[in-house]
This record gives sequence, structure tokens and C-alpha cells, in this order.
Amino acid sequence: MSMTFDDGTFIRSELVTPLPPPIRNVGIIGWMRENLFSSVLNTLLTLFGLALLVLIVPPMVRFALIDAVWTGENREACLDPGVGACWPFIRAKFAQLIYGFYPIEERWRPNIVFAAGAILLVPLLVPSWPMKRLNALLFFVVYPIIAFILLTGGNIDASSFLFQRFGLIQPITGDASLAGVNIAFWADFVLTALVAAALVGGIIGLIGGNALSAGRAVLLAFAGFGVLVLAWDIDFGLRPVETRQWGGLLVTLVIAVTGIVASLPLGILLALGRRSQMPIVRLLSIVFIEFWRGVPLITVLFFATYMLPLFLPQGANPDGLLRALVGVALFSAAYMAEVVRGGLQAIPKGQYEGAMAVGLTWGQMMRLIVLPQALTLVIPGIVNSFISLFKDTTLVLIVSIFDFLGQLRASFTDPNWATPVTLYTGFAFAGIVYFLFCFGMSRYSLFVERRLNTSHRH
Amino acid sequence: MSDLVEPAIGRSKTSFINDPKVRSIGLQLIALVLVVFLGWMFVDNARQNLAAQKIATGFGFLDNTAGFGISQTLVPYSETSTYGRAFLVGLLNTLLVAVVGIFFATIIGFFVGIGRLSKNFVVRLLSTIYVEVIRNLPPLFQILFWYLAVLSAMPSPRQSINLLGEVFISNRGIIVPRPVFEAGTGYVLWSFGAALLVVIVLHYWSRERRAETGRGLPMLPIGLGLMILVPFIAMAITGFPISLERPELKGFNFVGGVRVIPEFVALTVALATYTGAFIAENVRAGIQSVSHGQTEAAHSLGLRNGHTLRLVVIPQAMRVIIPPLTSQYLNLTKNSSLAVGIGYPDLVAVFAGTTLNQTGQAIEIIAITMGVYLVLSIITSVIMNVYNKRVALVER
Repeated sequence: MSMTFDDGTFIRSELVTPLPPPIRNVGIIGWMRENLFSSVLNTLLTLFGLALLVLIVPPMVRFALIDAVWTGENREACLDPGVGACWPFIRAKFAQLIYGFYPIEERWRPNIVFAAGAILLVPLLVPSWPMKRLNALLFFVVYPIIAFILLTGGNIDASSFLFQRFGLIQPITGDASLAGVNIAFWADFVLTALVAAALVGGIIGLIGGNALSAGRAVLLAFAGFGVLVLAWDIDFGLRPVETRQWGGLLVTLVIAVTGIVASLPLGILLALGRRSQMPIVRLLSIVFIEFWRGVPLITVLFFATYMLPLFLPQGANPDGLLRALVGVALFSAAYMAEVVRGGLQAIPKGQYEGAMAVGLTWGQMMRLIVLPQALTLVIPGIVNSFISLFKDTTLVLIVSIFDFLGQLRASFTDPNWATPVTLYTGFAFAGIVYFLFCFGMSRYSLFVERRLNTSHRH
Repeated sequence: MSDLVEPAIGRSKTSFINDPKVRSIGLQLIALVLVVFLGWMFVDNARQNLAAQKIATGFGFLDNTAGFGISQTLVPYSETSTYGRAFLVGLLNTLLVAVVGIFFATIIGFFVGIGRLSKNFVVRLLSTIYVEVIRNLPPLFQILFWYLAVLSAMPSPRQSINLLGEVFISNRGIIVPRPVFEAGTGYVLWSFGAALLVVIVLHYWSRERRAETGRGLPMLPIGLGLMILVPFIAMAITGFPISLERPELKGFNFVGGVRVIPEFVALTVALATYTGAFIAENVRAGIQSVSHGQTEAAHSLGLRNGHTLRLVVIPQAMRVIIPPLTSQYLNLTKNSSLAVGIGYPDLVAVFAGTTLNQTGQAIEIIAITMGVYLVLSIITSVIMNVYNKRVALVER
């Protein structure tokens, strides 16, 4: 295809096809030369890393899978030298690790709680699924009440309210009760609500406000509180189970979920307080937040266990788990407050000014304009503090509440399963469980972060 | 029109409880009254409860004899010492774990953080696995793991693992040689101080000379040489007053040397690796915050990779790294209270644990313990803020 002139000159009319790049610069070899062996130091690092991988990964796989014992009734199965993980130990202790000493015939109750939690949580986490508001209401308000009734058995004895202290109600109603509900208490409760509503309405009316709406607000608050107490008061025929019998993953999840459900609203309130224009409210919020953030959770749990009973009226001796829950909730609320504050600060001032300009009240502005934006912004931060809350639940074992890790530690002492590999098997299992929970949450936060980022990309 | 509207704005028909000022004052008053009432209720209840349980209040118990032993003491302490002394021992133990843990966590964090960004696939993979695994396991789990599964599984002292013939690792802890100081140690220390001073002066002089002429002294060999050679000569002259007392196996245990208790090792290793993983992520974020143009510019000036990292990238990344680093240091200090889970005698275990059980002075003891951590938090954040101000961006 070339031209040849009369004088013999040779001119190519097209380009020569380029030679392929040297084989050492492309493909796997090229990649390895570029990335793994580009310099002496890099080569050494690669070899060192590979050696480390070879040292760690195959023995772990061999321990967990290849050399592992899968069947057996007691320690005899796992006594052979060179044996790997003793999985029958986990199978034997599995129920204990999940429920603790929750009575065996009542374990359908925690099972329902677990299932309901999963059913409500999954749709809440998928961003594209509808009815978020209803879902959130169910998960954050209805679910805790139902879970409480199912797990404890409900039928908490509500004995007296305000007026009974003066001995006013009992003579009229007597000791009558209906489905486990103490009539005297509820007569007392309704009376107190009416009196409080009348009082507040009267005062507001006297200083020129809307007496009717004030009274209505008080009545509504009482009604909401009443529904809550009523749900706990009714006798559903469930056998009461003391929290001392709870344990294992059940306790871990109860603490984590209670912490999450309680810390989010509390944290939002504290963050709003810290950003408030009112100096006293701001100061109180700052002191509260910085105090809890400055002390370790252990001291908070010690505080809740040893000091709180001293601060409560004589005879009021709250349940051990409840005390720990209060401590954990306050502690994580302080951290949540800082996360939410970050979100509030990221909202441009124009949003506040726009909301005020269209005549929204402070509450409406926060509820409809600022908080929805701020909370969406900090979802990754919120999930991260949930992760650390979940990891922190292990600390309750120090105040003798047997959570998952506590149960695991207790199961090591069983002479039936005393083998050289019991300890490692237990740690491997617990490690996998904790890792799955925490890693799952962190992946979810990454997923949300990426989803949110798309709207900000230019 | 405006004449008609004007007075309506001036004298509002709405009630004064809708006035934002009145509302704000009212709300704050309610908040204050609530808090004061709550506080009063707590104090009143506490007084009644204490009276009912016949617990004396006050800090007098600190002078009573403690009567319990502590397995690791940095200052002289015995069972006849006071509770105040026990408090001091616990506090020092907490600080020891915090300082050692912070030191190692920082080193781990920086190496792994840089490794997470390495071009080398194997290094990157290992760093990522490390960070993801460690960050997603509870710290108490890791402490228990190191204590029960690693250190308790070490051989007995008779079969202990021997490193370099000097360090023995067994299930009773790590035993290292104890330095023994004889007369003449003072001269050696003085000579070391003098060498250090000379090196510092030389360093500044070299820096000035480099600024003027572009050529400085090779400070690394000079500095190291001076600091090793001078004390060595001093030791040779005074007849080697510093020696090492080697641990020896006698019977079932070691005699001589310093024993580092396994609780300390487990706690420090667990906290350093745990916090190190978090620091690594901070370091990675900090380095990524330095724009790639800086690296390219440094390369085009002819700086090598190491120099680029050390002289260009890291100084700029430090600004981003320092604030979260501070909170990681605080977290490590607070997490050191998990010591109580394995029985390391830290502040919480000794004071809020044993002392509280023996005396029952819950309010005083927990207040002191919380106060100590609050003060530690404040001190750390003040120091870090000062440093932060020094490295902060100076804008034109």
C-alpha cells in the first residue's frame, strides 16, 4: 500500500501500527511492579504484609472451620490435641447467650419482641419505603410499650397518686379492682388531671391568656401519660419476669434500643437548649452535656447503682436494670446532643429567617423547617453514636448485669465444657456477633452518607 | 392607610404572655425552679437516707486505714496506708495506663492511617482489615480477650518465653531487667543533659545557617552520636555506675527485675490498639484533606516521597488531625476505667470499687472519681487547644 516514485523514494501512506507496550508494564505484572514492588521499601512491606496474612488467615480458617468440632454432648468431644473451635459448646450455651435465665416456657415473649423489632426496624431503614412517619411512631412510641409489657409481664401495681396521700379516695372506692386495674388509683388520677387543668387554665386566663387551650393542653398531657400507665397497669395474664432473670443478647439489645429511643429526643432537646438564646437554659444544657461527656460510662453506672438510690425517696428502690438504663440514656443523650448540634449549625441562617418571615412560631420552625434538614444531615453521626452505644452496653457486666458478654464470661466457668479451646471458641463467637451488629450499622451509615451526598454534588 | 395601621403595631392587642421577652424570662424561671427543686429534693432525700442508714458524711474517711493490698503501686503503699493513699495509687495507675496507651496508640494510629492510603495493595488491605475489625468490637470485649485468651494462656514462669535473654513473658506478666543506680549516676545524667543542651543549640544554629547559606549540618548523625557518646564516656570514667539487675528463675517464680503485671499489659495493649484504629481514621481523613496539588507541587520541586509526606503533607494535615486526636486521647483515658473489668488497680477499681464497698461513702467517692475524670478532661483539652492554636492556619 505504499507509493514508490520513479527515483525509488519510498513513502509510507499510513502509520505503522504501534507495538504493544512491554509486557512488564501492563496487565497483572505491570500492576504488581507499579503497586507492590516499586521500590526496595515497598517490596519489603509487601513481603512483610504477605507473611503476616499467611501467619494470620490460614490458622484462623483452620481453627474456625477445618479443625473445628461440630458435634458433641460435652467437653469430651473437644479434648483431642490440635482440635479447633468447639462449636457444640456454643450450641449448648446458645439459649443462655440469647436469653440469659429468662424462664424457658416464657421465651416466646422475647422472641415476639425480637421479631417485632426487626419487622419495624427494616422498613424504617430503607429510605425509599413509604409511611416513615407512621413507622417511626410505631417504633419509637408503641414498640417500647409493647416490649416492656411483654418482657416484664406488665401489671405494674399503680398504687396511689396525688390525693390518696391525704387519704381522700380510698374511703369512697374501697379496694375494688378491674382486670388488675386499681380503681382508686385511676379515680385519683382523673381527679388530679381535672384539678391541674383547672388550675393552669385559671392562672393563664387570669394573666390574659387562652384559658381553654391551656386547660386542654394539660388534659392531653395527662391523657397521654395515663394511656402509658394504663397499658402497664392492666393485667394481661402474663407471668411477671424479674429483670434479674434477663440476660444475654436480650439485655444487650434492651439497653441498646432503650438508649437509642431515649437518647434521640433527649439529645435533640439538649441541642436546642444549647443553641437557645436564653442564657439560663443554655447554661444548664452546656453543664449537663459537658458533665456527662467528661466522665467515663463506668462511673455513670457506679453512680446509677450506688448513688441514685440515695437520692430517691426512702423505700423507692428502682430495679437494677432500670437504674443502668437511666445512666446509659443520660450518658448517650449528651453525646447525641453534640451530634445534633453539629447538624443545627450546618443549617444556613436563611432557613431560620425564612421560617420566621412566613410567620411560623419557634416550635413550627424547628419541627417543620430546621430539624428535618438538620437530622437528615447528621444521620451518619447518629448511627455512629448508636454504634458506640451498642459497644458500651458491654459495660453493664461490671455492675453485675449479665449482658451478652457477661453471659459468655459466665459460661466459661462451666466445668462441663472446660476444654483448652472453650475460651477461644467463645471469644470467636462473641466477636462475630458484635462485629456483625457494629459493622452492619457502620455500612448503613456509609450508605446513607453516599445517598445524601448525591444531592450536594455539583 | 399607614396612620390607621401604625397604632395597632405600637400597642399590640395580644396578651403580654405572647411577648417573646416575657416568655423567655418565664420559661427560664420555670427551668431554674425545676432544677433547683430537683436538686433540693435529691439533697433532702440523700440526707434522710444517710441518716436512716447511719452513714457519716464528709471526707474524714480518707484518713482511715485502708487495710487492703494493691497489686501495682507506683508510690510506696501497704495495707496500713490510708484510703487517701489508695486514691493516689489508683490515680497514678490510671495515669500510667493513659500515658503509655496514648503513646502507643499514636504510633499505631499514624502508621496504620498512612498505610490506609498506601499505593501498596497488601499494606492497604492489612490496614483496612485492622481498622474495620478493631473499631467494630467493644473495647471491654477486647480487654477481656487480651487478658483471658492471650495473657492467661501464656506458659508458666518455668516455661516462660524469653526475649533476647533479658525479658521473660509468662502468665504472671512480663518481667524486665531493673536498672540499678550506684554512686556516680549523677555525673552520667548530667553529661546526658549537657549533650542534650548542645544538640538543641546546634539544631537552632544549623537551622539558621541553612536559612542563610542553604546548607545545614547533618543533624541526625551528629545529634545521635553526641547523645550516645558523651554519656558513654562519662559512664566509662565513673566506672559504669548504672547496671541492670537481671531477673532469675528461682523455684516457681522470678527473683529480681521488674514485673509488669498482666492486667496492665492486657489493658494497655487493648486500649492502644483500639484507640489506634480510631486515630488511624483521623489521620487518614487529615491526609486526604490536603489537596493533591500540594503533593504534586512537592514532587515537581524534586522532593522524594518521604520528604513530601514529612515536610509538606503532614504539617498541613496536623491541623485537621489535632482536634479529633484530642478527643481520642480523652476517650482512651476514660476507657482506662474499664480496668475494673479485669482487676487492674486503676482509680475506679481501687477507689470507686474496693474503697466504696468498704466504707459505703457512695456520694463522696463517686463525686471524687467523676471529678478526677472531669479535671483530666479539662487539662487535656486545654493543652491540646494551646497546641492547636500553634499549628492553626495563620491567614493573611
